[in-house]
Amino acid sequence: MWKLLQIELFKIFKRPRTYISFGAIAAMILIIQLGLKFDGKSYLQLLMSGISDSFYVPYEMILNGYLVAFVILNTLLIQVPLLIALVAGDAIAGEANMGTLRLLVTRPVSRTQLMLAKFAASVIYTVLLLLWMALLALFLSMLFFGTNDMIIARNDVMEQISRNDIMWRYICAFGYASVALSTVAALAFLLSVFAENSIGPIVSTISIVIVLTILSEMKIPLYDNTVKPYLFTSHMLAWKGFFYSKANNDGQTIKGSIENLPAILRSLGVLLTYIFLFVASAIFVFNKKDILS
Amino acid sequence: MASIVRVSHLSKHFSEIKAVDDLSFTVNAGDIYGFLGQNGAGKSTTIRMLLTLIKPTDGQIEIFGMNLQTQRKEILKQVGAVIERPDLYKYLTGFENISMFAKMSGEKISKKKLMQQLEQVGLAERAFSKVQTYSLGMKQRLGIAIALINNPQLVILDEPTNGLDPQGIADIRNLILHLSKNEKKTVIVSSHLLSEIELIANRMLIVDKGKKIVEGTVDELFDPAEMILELQTVNHEKTLAIINNSPWKNFLQKQLTEIFFFKMNRKDIPAFNNFLVHNGVEVLSFQSRHSLEDYFLSLTSANQHVETFTN
Repeated sequence: MWKLLQIELFKIFKRPRTYISFGAIAAMILIIQLGLKFDGKSYLQLLMSGISDSFYVPYEMILNGYLVAFVILNTLLIQVPLLIALVAGDAIAGEANMGTLRLLVTRPVSRTQLMLAKFAASVIYTVLLLLWMALLALFLSMLFFGTNDMIIARNDVMEQISRNDIMWRYICAFGYASVALSTVAALAFLLSVFAENSIGPIVSTISIVIVLTILSEMKIPLYDNTVKPYLFTSHMLAWKGFFYSKANNDGQTIKGSIENLPAILRSLGVLLTYIFLFVASAIFVFNKKDILS
Repeated sequence: MASIVRVSHLSKHFSEIKAVDDLSFTVNAGDIYGFLGQNGAGKSTTIRMLLTLIKPTDGQIEIFGMNLQTQRKEILKQVGAVIERPDLYKYLTGFENISMFAKMSGEKISKKKLMQQLEQVGLAERAFSKVQTYSLGMKQRLGIAIALINNPQLVILDEPTNGLDPQGIADIRNLILHLSKNEKKTVIVSSHLLSEIELIANRMLIVDKGKKIVEGTVDELFDPAEMILELQTVNHEKTLAIINNSPWKNFLQKQLTEIFFFKMNRKDIPAFNNFLVHNGVEVLSFQSRHSLEDYFLSLTSANQHVETFTN
């Protein structure tokens, strides 16, 4: 199994197109960082227009590396699934298209092992992409913008997180995001089994994610309890929960606290269930499949 | 002689289409077994079933005395295959391709051994070039080198000479003969070109529309004394009735719309001719041949295609 995984990783990282995603993420992050570096105040004024009339807002202090990383994650974690689909959607369909799938399947390894190795390689790619994103979005922002307490606004409430209470939240958020994006990888992986050309599963994955995300974000009461809780896209952004702290009676955030950990764990459970279902279905279908490519 | 492959009543249906229909054959140890048929005859589907790429609708496959369905992994450890086009990872070098598949074979194979393998197929000098720069013939040879990395007892080559130039075809042919004679491997090689198979195979199977037409040693099938007799008469039905009431019906191999094909020894032809004359059969055409290609065409639907085309 380890050898198979090594082979799959070797193939992924030997392909020039794998690095397009890393390049795209770097470009997007640098563009956001440059924009915020030169015109961050305007951006924050726009963001906090509701409260800036009532409070003095120290924009220079607020605009620090932690906040910039938060803004970047908020923006990019919606786009990154598209980059994940590029690799995971290619896992089986790309091999079928190249004609190499029949070579793989005639080797003395079980189809289940082959599938598990391919999915594990897609997950590792996803995690590496996130680590790359963390490196640029968090550490580069800390370097460019310095560090300070992080102030985030939600529902007209300002929440101040102490600077020494932030790093663990980012680690948890990136960990959660890797599970969320692995769900997209698992979906693309499943669709990849049905196709003999990677364009189909990549486009299908992106379309499904877009449609379900729109459905998850729509404020229609009918869907709120009937559909949304069961969509994996409704749980993909639960990483934000790690930045929402409990407050004491004075309204101050309690260090090391998370406002609603059970909700985050519930969302994590939903995503893990989806991953299991997608991967198990992919293995089941692939084991039954006639390789005609 | 021990049988290496034993296929019994194998069938594969794709919806209504019977790609392989109740096919049975045996490949013995040391055979170069020619698997012959027109395009779409069911060769590739059968080979894919031998390699577990396609699941049979019905039937049994035993390789090395083991059931392919239950002991797939053990069997595939001793099998090497090239299936149709030599598709490989074009963005990797020849050496990277072969070493990757070597890892998957389950055995530890040294770099030296891999280079020897590439040398055997004449690719040592280009081992570190990307496969996308290889010619079709080079890719095919790399495919064969990959098939041989785990020193398999059984080598399955599906249409290995497709698209190759004459030199490439000769190289593959020599390699197959080398594998059989010097390395004592059993080889199954499929082709739609009888001229290719008759030069290398000692036994062959001819399939058409998924069914077995004939199986035997090449010597049996290509006995110089054995002739193919093509007979066309004025009244086909009447001739058929006359033949069916005589011992000559045993020599009848196949009949198309207006043509009978008989297989008989050269010395029997005059007697058969006399029989037709004495029974008042009005003969339009009476031709005898001993070409294996003609025999092949006479047995398969290719002859029908030729007929339609010429009509």
